[in-house]
Amino acid sequence: MSELLKVPTMADFMAEGKQPEILFWVGSAGSFDDRAKKITKAFVKILNKANVDFAVLGTEESCTGDVAKRAGNEFLFQMQAVTNIEILNAYEINKIVTCDPHSFNCLKNEYPSLGGQYEVLHHTQFINQLIAAGRLEGLNDTYKGKRITFHDPCYLGRANNEYDAPREVLQKTKATLTEMKRHKRTALCCGAGGAQMFKEPEKGDMDINVLRTEGALETNPDIIATGCPYCNTMMTDGVKAKEKESEVQVLDIAELIANAQGL
Amino acid sequence: MEYIPNILFAIVLFLGVGFFAKNVQKLIRNIKLGQDKDVSDNKSQRWKNMAMIALGQSKMVRRPISGFLHVVVYVGFIIINIEVLEIIIDGLLGTHRIGLSVLPQSVYGFLIGTFEVLACLVFISVIIFWIRRNVIKIARFWKSEMTSWPKNDGNYILYFEMVLMTLFLVMNATDLQFQALNSGNVISQFITPWFSGMSEGTLHVIERGAWWLHIVGILVFLNYLYYSKHLHILLAFPNTYYGKLQPKGQFNNLEAVTNEVKMMMDPNADPFAAPAEGAEDDVPAKFGASDVQDLNWVQLLNAYTCTECGRCTSECPANLTGKKLSPRKIMMDTRDRLEEVGKNIDANNGEFKDDGKQLLGDYITNEELWACTTCNACVEACPVSIDPLSIILEMRRYLVMEQSAAPVELNNMMTNIENNGAPWPYNQMDRLNWKDE
Repeated sequence: MSELLKVPTMADFMAEGKQPEILFWVGSAGSFDDRAKKITKAFVKILNKANVDFAVLGTEESCTGDVAKRAGNEFLFQMQAVTNIEILNAYEINKIVTCDPHSFNCLKNEYPSLGGQYEVLHHTQFINQLIAAGRLEGLNDTYKGKRITFHDPCYLGRANNEYDAPREVLQKTKATLTEMKRHKRTALCCGAGGAQMFKEPEKGDMDINVLRTEGALETNPDIIATGCPYCNTMMTDGVKAKEKESEVQVLDIAELIANAQGL
Repeated sequence: MEYIPNILFAIVLFLGVGFFAKNVQKLIRNIKLGQDKDVSDNKSQRWKNMAMIALGQSKMVRRPISGFLHVVVYVGFIIINIEVLEIIIDGLLGTHRIGLSVLPQSVYGFLIGTFEVLACLVFISVIIFWIRRNVIKIARFWKSEMTSWPKNDGNYILYFEMVLMTLFLVMNATDLQFQALNSGNVISQFITPWFSGMSEGTLHVIERGAWWLHIVGILVFLNYLYYSKHLHILLAFPNTYYGKLQPKGQFNNLEAVTNEVKMMMDPNADPFAAPAEGAEDDVPAKFGASDVQDLNWVQLLNAYTCTECGRCTSECPANLTGKKLSPRKIMMDTRDRLEEVGKNIDANNGEFKDDGKQLLGDYITNEELWACTTCNACVEACPVSIDPLSIILEMRRYLVMEQSAAPVELNNMMTNIENNGAPWPYNQMDRLNWKDE
C-alpha cells in the first residue's frame, strides 16, 4: 500500500517550477509518533484520492515551537517560528493544512506577527471543503449506524471556535453521532495540552485522560473520533485504562474518512 | 433645628461617597502598577462585547439556573437604584417622596410598584443563592480556596442584599400616606398588616428608621465593595471591554524576545556593538512574571473583577482531577498580592519597599502552574472575560526563561527541539521516513 502514497516535497515542486495547491504541514507527532504516522498516511491517501496538488516540507520542516511556547520558553518558540517562516516564505507558501490542531493554532495565530502570513486549515476543515466541492465522493457504508462520539481538541474548538467542520465530516459517514456531556465549548481537555504530553501529571486523584474517556464511554460509542494526534494518544490510553479496547476504537477523522473511502 | 436631618444626610452622603472615591483612586493606582498594554484597537468590537457580556449577561445564562437568578438580582439592583435617586433628593431637600410631586401619581405608582416586585424577586433569588452556597453546598463554593474570608464574604453580600430589600419594603409598608394612595404598594400592602395596632407615631419612627438604614446601608455596601469580591458589579464593564479579542488559542509573542531572535538571525548584526542611544530602556527587566508588577494592567483589572464564582475552576481539567491548580485561586492570589503591594506603597510614602515576598512561590506555587493544560476552559467559562491562563503562561515564562526551573522532562523536550527540531530525540533527516514505512 505504502508504495502507492504520493508524497511530493516542496523541493520537488520547486525543481519543476510549480506551486502546489496546499502545503501539508505534517508536524513532529505526525512525522515521528507511530500512532500519529497512521493519521498522516490516512490523510495523504485522502489527498491522493481527491487529486489534491500538495507538498510537504519533508526534512526542511521543523517543530512549530508551539509546545515550547506553552511550556513558557518563548525564546525557543520564536527561534523555531522564525526558522520555519524563512523556509515557508522562501517557498512562497500561501495555504497550509495540518492534522495537528496545535500546529494549526500556532501557524494561524502566532506566526503572522513574526512575518509568516498564511491561510491555515485544520485537516477536518479541508476534508469538509473537499467533500462540499465534490472532490471526495463515494463514501461506503463502513460506519453506517455505528455510534461515534467526537472529542473536541481544545486548540481547534475553544481556541479557534471550530466545532462544526469535524462534525459535518463525520455526518457524511452515516454514523450515529452522539455528544458527550462536555462537548464543544465545555469539552474537557484530553490532558495533553500545555506541554503535559511530555511530562508526568502533577499529583491528583486521577488522570485527565481517564476522566475524559469516562465521559466518552458514557455515550456507549463504537468509536471515539479525534482530530488531534495528542488527543488520540490520550484517549487510546484512556480506553486501555478502562479495559475497553476490544469494544471501543479511537480513530482520527482522517482515518475514518480514508476507511470509508476503502483506501 | 429643622435642617438638622438635611445637614446630617448631606454629611453621611459626602462621607459615604467620598470614602468610596478614595478607594477607587487606590484601586486605579494599584491597577496601574501593571505593565502597559495597548487596548486601543477594535473599539466597536469592544463596545459590543461589553454590551453583550456585561450588560446583556450573555455568558451568565450559559448556566441557566444561576444565570437566571443572577439576571433577576442584576436587573433588580439597577432598577431599584432609581429609587435611591429619590431618596437622595428627599434627604438633601427635606422633602418626602419628591417623585409624587413631579410625576403623575399613576407613573409614580407604576415605578414604585415595579421596584417592589423586583425587591421581592431579588429577596427570593438571594435566599436561593444562600441555599445553594450553604445548604446544597455546590462544589465550586467549597473548594480549598473558599474558606474563611472568601466564604464569609460571599454570605455577607447575600445578607446585605436581604436586609436592603427588606428595609425598602418595610419603609413603604409603614408609610401611611403612601399606603393610602393605594398605588404602587403591590407588595408592601401585604406587609403593612404586620404593623397593625401600632400608633401612627411608632409607624413614622419605623418608616424613618427604615429610610435612614436603607440609604446608610447602601452607602456602607458601596464602601464594602472595595474590600470584597463584589467589585464585579462595577468592574465587569471595563473588564469585558478590555477583554481578549484574538482567538483564545493565540498567545502573545513577547516583543523583547522577537528583538533578540531577529538579532541572532541577522548575519549582519554585530553582537558586540554598543546598544543604540536609548535602547537600554527597551530591554525588559525580566522575561515573564514573578510578581504582580510584571503582569499587565488588564490582568490586574481581571484580578479585581473576579467575583470568585468558581465557574472557571469547575471546568478546569486539572482541578477536576484533584490537582492543586484552581484558576480562581490564581485570580484571588493575584488580587491579594496586589492589595499587599498597594498597602506597602501606602505605608512607605508612595514607594514600594521590598518585602521579600512575591506572587510566585509565596502565593502561587510551581506545582499549580505546571498542572495547567492551557485548554482555555477557564477562559471560556468566565462570565466576565477574565483570562487566568495568561497569568499562568506569564509565570511559566519566568520559571523557564529566568530560572530554568522547568520540570526535567520538559527540559529534555526543549533540548530535543533545539537539537533536532522535534520534541522527541529523532533525527531531523528522518522526518519524511513515514512515507516509506
